Amino acid sequence: MTAQAQPISKNTTRVLGRRALLLPGLLICIALLVMSVLWSITLGAAEIDAQVVYDALFNFDETSFEHLIIQTVRLPRVLSGVIVGASLAVAGAIMQGLTRNPLADSGILGINSGAAFAVVLAVFLLGNPPLSVYALFGFIGAAVLAGLVYGLGSMGRGGPTPLKLTLAGVILAAFISSFTTAILIGDQETLDKIRFWTAGSLAGREMPLLLQTAPYMLAGLAGAMFISRQITTISLGDDVAKGLGQNTGWVKVVAAFFVVLLAGGAVALAGPIGFVGLIIPHVVRFVVGVDYRWVIPYAALWGGILVTVADVFARVIIRPQELPVGVMMAFVGAPFFIWLARWKVKR
Amino acid sequence: MAAKSEIKSTWVVVRPRQLPFSYRMDRRVPLVALAILLFTGIVLVMSISYGEYDISPLEVVRTILNVNQDHPDYKNYYLVVHTFRLPRILVAFLVGMALAASGAIMQGITRNPLADPYLLGVSGGAGLAAVAIIVWLNNVPVSVLPWAAFAGALITAVLIYTLAWKGGSSTPIRLILIGVAIEAVVGAITSIMLLFGRIEQVQQAYVWLTGSVYGRNWEHVHALGGWLLVFLPVAILMSRQLNMLALGDDTAKGLGLRVEWQRGLLLIVSVALAAAAVAVAGTIGFIGLVAPHVTRRLVGPSHEGLIPVSALFGGALLVLADLIGRWAIAPSELPIGIVTAMIGAPYFLYLFYRNRNR
Repeated sequence: MTAQAQPISKNTTRVLGRRALLLPGLLICIALLVMSVLWSITLGAAEIDAQVVYDALFNFDETSFEHLIIQTVRLPRVLSGVIVGASLAVAGAIMQGLTRNPLADSGILGINSGAAFAVVLAVFLLGNPPLSVYALFGFIGAAVLAGLVYGLGSMGRGGPTPLKLTLAGVILAAFISSFTTAILIGDQETLDKIRFWTAGSLAGREMPLLLQTAPYMLAGLAGAMFISRQITTISLGDDVAKGLGQNTGWVKVVAAFFVVLLAGGAVALAGPIGFVGLIIPHVVRFVVGVDYRWVIPYAALWGGILVTVADVFARVIIRPQELPVGVMMAFVGAPFFIWLARWKVKR
Repeated sequence: MAAKSEIKSTWVVVRPRQLPFSYRMDRRVPLVALAILLFTGIVLVMSISYGEYDISPLEVVRTILNVNQDHPDYKNYYLVVHTFRLPRILVAFLVGMALAASGAIMQGITRNPLADPYLLGVSGGAGLAAVAIIVWLNNVPVSVLPWAAFAGALITAVLIYTLAWKGGSSTPIRLILIGVAIEAVVGAITSIMLLFGRIEQVQQAYVWLTGSVYGRNWEHVHALGGWLLVFLPVAILMSRQLNMLALGDDTAKGLGLRVEWQRGLLLIVSVALAAAAVAVAGTIGFIGLVAPHVTRRLVGPSHEGLIPVSALFGGALLVLADLIGRWAIAPSELPIGIVTAMIGAPYFLYLFYRNRNR
């Protein structure tokens, strides 16, 4: 396999031309992620300097108000952002590789809205459901919608073309969102609990919810790394992959399962945040090439950085109010999508 | 189109001697139109008679015709029919007409059977403008809303069209994909507005965004009716150009059509129709998709017949959807946009399946 992966990466232009640079690059990205996390923690209604942040993290003092803020409010929030960003970016990378479709993204393909509907339904039916239910419903919703969109979009000649997948995603999202709205219209209480969440937000994420959903996403990330080699092969096309002796159907099922874990968990935690899974994989492939063994870790790190930084801006831009990070991502992501649609989608 | 082409028996041609104008439609058109009107009439009467205050269908007709003034309940009947139910149902009908005609034009322009004002970001633009007006200004007269919505929708449409423009033309696939992206931005701005409103207002806005004809009055009927009176005839008159565009850009150019210019004009007409509908009733999806399709199967693909008949069909569908929405979970009611989504999505799946090889 390595022998086959090598010529592929040699043929592609990429910014990091030499394989030897990939590992140091990864370390630099980890450093950047840690820095953006610390930056995010220091910013907020109460100014807290770096020293106090360090103390709060490593010498926690229960009597200090600032330490409490950091441990109960800011840390869960920023960690949620990191893991959500990483999950969405990796989910997007897998989907783009699997469907060979440059426009794949869990938001555009309607998977987020499926998870959102399921979560709203859970809140509506159960009132105040235990946190584990959020994640469970998120997964079910994401899985059902992903299956429907992919099934619909890949009917007919030419398989899942970008246009067909996008249309199927948009229409099914519109359909399922109308049910979400139907529930919210009838029930002011649910609406109030959930309206910030439906726009995709990291505000008020607390440790328990993070701890409930994070294992699934971490499992998804690990799983994605595990099958990254197979994804590289399949991203060359079904015929090539089959020719190389890969059981493509099986790989697709396993990969789809990880996508559902990642996207469903991210939505259950932070609401539907679009475009992360669209932008990051493109940028990453541009920099590190098409070998998914590198694309996936890079995508995870950059996804985490992007969402963390976007969340910082979302909090700072209209102080003292704050925007949901999903809205920020739409402003960043839509122009990128337009660029892709204009220059990267062939008829 | 040769002026003296032999008229086949399946066509009905109107060609006045004095006017520089001819109109050719399929022979099935008048028949189908009549059937739809009849159906609409029946549903309309049923819809008016149904409700918390039941009125028998016969009395409904007599109240509308104003021939039962000696009836003991006449005053109540008059109030319920003329003030509450008739205007709302008429609004549903007109909205359906506007959306269906708009959808028919868009499907013609993009040559994509899945195009729909809702899909192309136009409804979103109109909705954003209207939400902005509602949130920022108090007590806006209803007649202003269509203008604001038109402006919002036109800006979005022009933006989409410009961004889809590349190498001298705008291909359908780019129009649709970029429409999706713009819709996301517009949706983000709309949700910002919703986030910072008070919860009661937000809930109203949610209802409005899903599409609802609840509590619409004569003012809405007049505002929307005026727009339809202007733009529907224009759309029908331009159907010849639309027919040529549907043959493909190259063929249309070969026939002497200024392709981009006509496409732009048609886009404006279609945007105006959709915007007026959105301004009055919020974003109602799927009607612009479903109505032209069903109609195409009834009267064929020629737009002279397609546009008016699908307008009527869209109107009929929405009147029916409104009745279903009021009846399904009575005494509460489902917004009409949810009903259309529930009817439209399965139909879309079917369409998608039929077009899977395109």
